[in-house]
Amino acid sequence: MPNPDGKSGVTPAAEAGATPGLLELFLACSRIGLSGFGGVLPLLRHMLVEQRRLLDGPEFNALLGLCQFLPGSNVINLAVCVGARLHGVRGAIVVTAGLLIAPFALMMGLAALYGLWGHLAIVQDMLRGIAAAGAGLLFATGLKMAQAMHERWLYLPFAVLILVAMVVLKLPLPPLMLALLAVTAGLAWWRARRALAEAGKVPRP
Amino acid sequence: MILLLLDLFVQFAILNVIAFGGITALLPELHRLVVEQRMWMDSTTFAHLFAIAQSAPGPNLLVVSLIGWKVAGIPGAIVATLAISLPMSVFIYVFYRHWERFRTAPWRAAIQVGVAPLAVGLVCASGWLIAASAGLDYRGVALVVVCTVLMFYRHWHPLWYIAAGAAAGAAGLV
Repeated sequence: MPNPDGKSGVTPAAEAGATPGLLELFLACSRIGLSGFGGVLPLLRHMLVEQRRLLDGPEFNALLGLCQFLPGSNVINLAVCVGARLHGVRGAIVVTAGLLIAPFALMMGLAALYGLWGHLAIVQDMLRGIAAAGAGLLFATGLKMAQAMHERWLYLPFAVLILVAMVVLKLPLPPLMLALLAVTAGLAWWRARRALAEAGKVPRP
Repeated sequence: MILLLLDLFVQFAILNVIAFGGITALLPELHRLVVEQRMWMDSTTFAHLFAIAQSAPGPNLLVVSLIGWKVAGIPGAIVATLAISLPMSVFIYVFYRHWERFRTAPWRAAIQVGVAPLAVGLVCASGWLIAASAGLDYRGVALVVVCTVLMFYRHWHPLWYIAAGAAAGAAGLV
C-alpha cells in the first residue's frame, strides 16, 4: 500500500480544495466496506456525492455507467475510477484497498470460525437456512432485472438459453459468454440501425 | 502450492475479464470450476461459503475470497481476490479518461442491451445452483420461494431475509 501521508498527490478533481487525503479516504472507504451489507454501492455514492461532494450526481452516474458496462465487480471498478480521479494511481489503490481490506479480514475471521465449527449440526442448519434465503434473493434480483429489460420478449430466450447451458449442460462460461454476447449485442446493434434507418436518419445498413 | 495458486490466479483472472453482469453472475461458473472441474470442494461447502459471504458486510466479490480460502488458505484468499479484481482494475485505470468518447457509441449501447438477458439468466442460474447445492428439502424450497416473492414485491433490507433464514435453520425448520 502506498504511504498514506494524507496531503500529497495530484488532485485534478479538487475544485474547492476539499479533496480528502489518502489516509482519510482509506478510512472513509473502510467504514463503507464494513457497513455495506447487501450492497456497498449506495453507501459509496452517499459518501462521494452527498457527504463529501467529491463528485456531482451526473459525474457519479457516468462513472457508474462505465463500471456497470465493463466486466468485473462494479464496486471495484468504480473504486478504481473514483480513486484515480482524486489521487491518481495511489488514489485508485487506496480507495480499492479501503473498501476491501477490512471486510476481507472480517471474512477471513468468519472462514476460520467455519473451519473450526463448520461441521457442527447447528452451524450447518443455519448456513442451509441462509443459503435458501440467499437463493431467494438471487432469484428476486434476476426477476427484477428481467422486468427492467429492454424488449423483453425478444431477449428473454437468451436468458433461458444461458441458464440451461450453465445449469443443465454445464458448459464453460468464457466461450459461452462471448458467443452469446456476440449474438445478443449483434441483434441489438442491428435493431438499433434498422430503427434509425426507418426514422430516415441514416442510410440503410 | 505455488502451482495451485498460479492455477487459481489464472482461472479467476479469466473470469474477471468475462464477468459481464458482475460477480453475482459468475457464481454458476465458479461452481462449475471449483466443484465440478477442479474438485476443490464439495457442493455443500460452496453453498456454505456463499451463505457466509451473504451474512457479512463488504463488496460482493468477497465470496470469491472465501472460495480462495477454501482452496489454499489465506494465500489462496489473497490470490483469488487479486485475480478477480486486478485485470479489469488495470484496464479501467488506463481507459476511464477516454470513456466519454465511447459513451454514446452505438456499439456500446448494443453491448449493454445484449448483456442484460445474459446477466438475468446467470443470476437465476446462481439462485438455482445455490438452492440445489444447499441440500434443501421441500421446506427449504418453500423458504426459497417465499424469499423470492417477498424480495420481489417488498423493499425490505436483505439482511432481514438472511437473519430469517439463519433463524429458520437454527430452529430446524428448513
